[in-house]
Amino acid sequence: MSTTTAPTTAPAAEGHAEHHHPPHLKHYFVSSEQQFDASKMGMWLFLLTEVLLFSGMFVAYIVYRAWHPEVFVKMSELLNPFWGGFNTIVLLGSSFSAALAIHYAQKNDNKKLIINLCITLMCAGIFMVVKYIEYTDKFSHGIGMGEFFDPTGSYAQYAIPYAKQFFSIYFVMTGIHGVHVVIGMGIFTWLLVRAVKGHFNSEYYTPVELAGLYWHLVDIIWIFLFPLLYLI
Amino acid sequence: MGDGSFWLPEAASSLASDLDVLFYFVIWVSTIIFVMVVTAMAYFTVKYRRKSPNERPPFLHEHKLLETAWIVIPTILVLIVFTWGFRSYVKLTVAPPDSYEIYVRGYMWNWEFTYPDQGFTTLEPILTVPVGRPIKLIMYSSDVLHSFYIPAFRVKHDVLPNRYTSLWFEAEEEGEYQVFCTEYCGTSHSAMLAEVNVVSEEEFADYLASGGGGYDDLPLEEYGQILYAGQSCQACHTLDGSALVGPSFKGLYGATRELTDGTSVVADEAYLRDSIVNPASQAAVGFVAGSMPNNYQGLGDRELNALVEFIKAQE
Amino acid sequence: MAAHGPNVNYLNHDKSIKSWLTTVDHKRIGLMYLVAVSVAFLAAGVLALLVRVELIAPGQTIMSADTYNQVFTLHGVLMVFAFIIPAIPGALGNFILPIQLGAKDVAFPRLNLASFYIYLIGMAFVLGALLIGEVDTGWTFYTPYSSGEGSNAVLMVTVGVFISGFASILTGLNFIVTVHKMRAPGLTWNRLPLFIWSIYATSIVQVLATPVIGITMVLLFLEKLTGIGIFDPALGGDPILFQHFFWFYSHPAVYIMILPAFGIISDVIAVFTRRPVQGYTFVALSSVAIAFLGFLVWGHHMFTSGQSAVSAIVFSLITYLIGIPTGVKVLNWVGTMYRGSIWLKTPMIYVLAFLFLFSIGGFTGIMLGVLSVDIHLHDTYFVVAHFHYVMMGGTVIAGLAGIHYWWPKMTGRMYNERLGQIAAAFIFVGFNITFFTQFVLGSQGMPRRYYDYVGVMDTMPYFETLHAISTYGSWVLALGLFMVLGYLMASIWTGKKAPANPWGALTLEWTHTTPMPDPHNFTFQPIVTRGPYDYHLADEIFGDGGDGMGDGATVPSLVPDTSPGVTTPQP
Repeated sequence: MSTTTAPTTAPAAEGHAEHHHPPHLKHYFVSSEQQFDASKMGMWLFLLTEVLLFSGMFVAYIVYRAWHPEVFVKMSELLNPFWGGFNTIVLLGSSFSAALAIHYAQKNDNKKLIINLCITLMCAGIFMVVKYIEYTDKFSHGIGMGEFFDPTGSYAQYAIPYAKQFFSIYFVMTGIHGVHVVIGMGIFTWLLVRAVKGHFNSEYYTPVELAGLYWHLVDIIWIFLFPLLYLI
Repeated sequence: MGDGSFWLPEAASSLASDLDVLFYFVIWVSTIIFVMVVTAMAYFTVKYRRKSPNERPPFLHEHKLLETAWIVIPTILVLIVFTWGFRSYVKLTVAPPDSYEIYVRGYMWNWEFTYPDQGFTTLEPILTVPVGRPIKLIMYSSDVLHSFYIPAFRVKHDVLPNRYTSLWFEAEEEGEYQVFCTEYCGTSHSAMLAEVNVVSEEEFADYLASGGGGYDDLPLEEYGQILYAGQSCQACHTLDGSALVGPSFKGLYGATRELTDGTSVVADEAYLRDSIVNPASQAAVGFVAGSMPNNYQGLGDRELNALVEFIKAQE
Repeated sequence: MAAHGPNVNYLNHDKSIKSWLTTVDHKRIGLMYLVAVSVAFLAAGVLALLVRVELIAPGQTIMSADTYNQVFTLHGVLMVFAFIIPAIPGALGNFILPIQLGAKDVAFPRLNLASFYIYLIGMAFVLGALLIGEVDTGWTFYTPYSSGEGSNAVLMVTVGVFISGFASILTGLNFIVTVHKMRAPGLTWNRLPLFIWSIYATSIVQVLATPVIGITMVLLFLEKLTGIGIFDPALGGDPILFQHFFWFYSHPAVYIMILPAFGIISDVIAVFTRRPVQGYTFVALSSVAIAFLGFLVWGHHMFTSGQSAVSAIVFSLITYLIGIPTGVKVLNWVGTMYRGSIWLKTPMIYVLAFLFLFSIGGFTGIMLGVLSVDIHLHDTYFVVAHFHYVMMGGTVIAGLAGIHYWWPKMTGRMYNERLGQIAAAFIFVGFNITFFTQFVLGSQGMPRRYYDYVGVMDTMPYFETLHAISTYGSWVLALGLFMVLGYLMASIWTGKKAPANPWGALTLEWTHTTPMPDPHNFTFQPIVTRGPYDYHLADEIFGDGGDGMGDGATVPSLVPDTSPGVTTPQP
């Protein structure tokens, strides 16, 4: 490999000298487009790893469901489809507001960007509160994970073999999903702070876009979890 | 017992010699190709050695035929090997329907064998089988994973808790053959050995008739010595005074034991017997309660008495 | 603000410790990885020597059974997770990849530094657990042994492996994006050096496989902590499921370990024969194909474990499909030497050693893939020997080739060539003595992970001789490796100053100053006009007008302009 160009024709980093350098552009990128493309591709790859992380749990679910389908059907009675469905709608709503946030960032409408970030955060909060209520209800009836699975009272009839496995899978899957929601809330709070400071505009909205992608993934995973655990 | 070769131990089962042919086929084909590759490499290294720093080799167009050949030929070779291996694998996996069945239990760190028709279980890890008859082992574990491996028969299969796995073989020669555990199972993994004793049909009939032993006539202390090895006590309890996982048997009888609950007790017959049957109840200071498996409740009175006598004899 | 001037380079522009620990420069991060993985290799190597000494004779030699089990576990865990997975991508990949691409840095430099620290934190967990907590599960953590009664330190190890998994994922992600988005103009996919192709393929595996070990570790952690009953048969779980999960990562992880080695071999053999790598397209694309096919063969670790016969047969067949492209690569490398101009310097000697050892590793892999033969060989020393021929004879030897090849560029110094060749000979001979005997041990029936073989000396009399020979060999091998450590360290202070292009290579890193400048690799964007190994086109480097060595510093457009007005400020 070699180069046949003289320094004067090399297009790379002389942008510094010419003061065309936007503040968000990192020095090791040639252009904003390159930086944006790179960030977006990195995010997609990261989302791919997230999908694979959850697919491991889905495999565990499929295996145990295939072995003990009747247990899984019976156990899903204990999960309330109303609250599960409610949470699904809440998350779908937050995905919509996250998409709107990107839209308004592109439109330079900082106020609406902030509003939509707030809505997303709020929905995520509602989701976690519902999840908290569901979890504490389970715990109070002695339905926990592993050695803490010891149903009492009216739930005692559910203490059948492999019921434990169902709830292990339920708590691991929804638990890790919940961790993702909490991380998402952290990210959106950070975006909110930056949005209030006016960091985003039509030229630079990469973090909003990437957080949106992440949030859609969290949403999609829940859309799989809800029917698998609550409905069938 | 026959002799092995440089690569393989003796082949003593009906399938072993077939498998060895396949083994040597792969070895020799590999060796031939390997020698060709290394010779070419060495020849090029000498022949095309750089003579001056300014040397510039000619630009060569790639040889399509050669490229294709060295993709196609190895593919054919490995497909031959695969098919061959697959066919002998099926033979190895499917036991003949008239096989004689024996149950095998693996536990940390011993093997025991149960003969279903007679209902007795071996006290020493010796699997006695008749020569020239297919034997199917139905295996399970009481704790972690183990693996049952007889090199001379070229058979091996993992032994799992809560399910049965099986393997089969037909021994061709009388003799004693080594059994290994080949799935790592903790401290005394390498001491989890057993022996296959291949005997004639008559001897096998006698063995079954004797209920697997002829131990009944032995003095208790001698019987205890057999059990000490047979029940794998030696994996944790020495006879020379040094402590392993558990205390040494040397001088144990009559000694005052400091227990982990703060009390102390003299190691009399009752203590010894209780510690075999229910090991966690009176653990001595310096040892972890629960490190000894709860496997020994099943021993009969005569066996327990024999072990107590044996321990008493270790002064 | 960093200093600038003709003698200022990435190593000396700021010598404070802080400037190293907080650097986002991929070259410095690469060097820090090099130090970290070398320490891990040294520690795990000393443990291997202890294992060999224990086995030199039957009975207890230097340690108890429990200690032995912990030592081989520590050896395995450190070698796999702390050394061989991060070694080549972390050290050489970080240093070389952006320069070969003509990029100023990787796409996400801060993420790159973060991965390094995540790796360190993960390893701190692993090491802490293994030292304090007496973990004796082997590196495979098979349930129910690992989830059962034993030491709770297994919890800490799973956390450590989980954390270091993130480092692996982030490094892979970073490299994939860098290769896709930051190639220099003219550096098309079919002009990429094969080292980049192989790191790229490795990164794909890292990104796709590592999350699965992550979730496996989470489940194992919860199994051990609360008994969730997924893997523990006593609670209704399935230990085979754990093995499927584990090998679904750990087989592709084998390709994380070996693919970068293929890249180094390709680059070095081209330079030291002055010929383009035979079958460039095949070698490049087969790495990527292997990366994907590698996900379909995990079951060949489980032929005796109790999976169904049908799946065993399918896994065996796919194993061969993946073996063929690997074999063809070896033939391509040997073919590259044909009518070349072969220069027997230390890196090339390691390449020849690699071709020899890796071929043996490959052929024995074919043997282990034969279903019925594997029944006999599974979990014996044959397997131990096989993966040491592939991992050590393959990856480590290739890593040594790479280190010797890029050492002048990294440090600006030449090592002692004569010592390099002597050490390579010791390593080659010692390695074969150590591990070839283990093939025989294994096919004779010696199971792996055995502390002792005194109980079988009546029936297996060869074991003692073979074990003893293997142990003697390990000392020769260790001597060679310590020599390498010694003369490389010495070269930093006493070595001759390295020219910019001591090997007459054509890839971008060699057409640049030595050591590399600071803070950015290229002040001006290089433009690539030919393939990485097109010696027939490289008239300016050697040929009629050149001196045959090539010195990239004379190529005008690549000399960094260090006048203050032009240099990019630090962010």
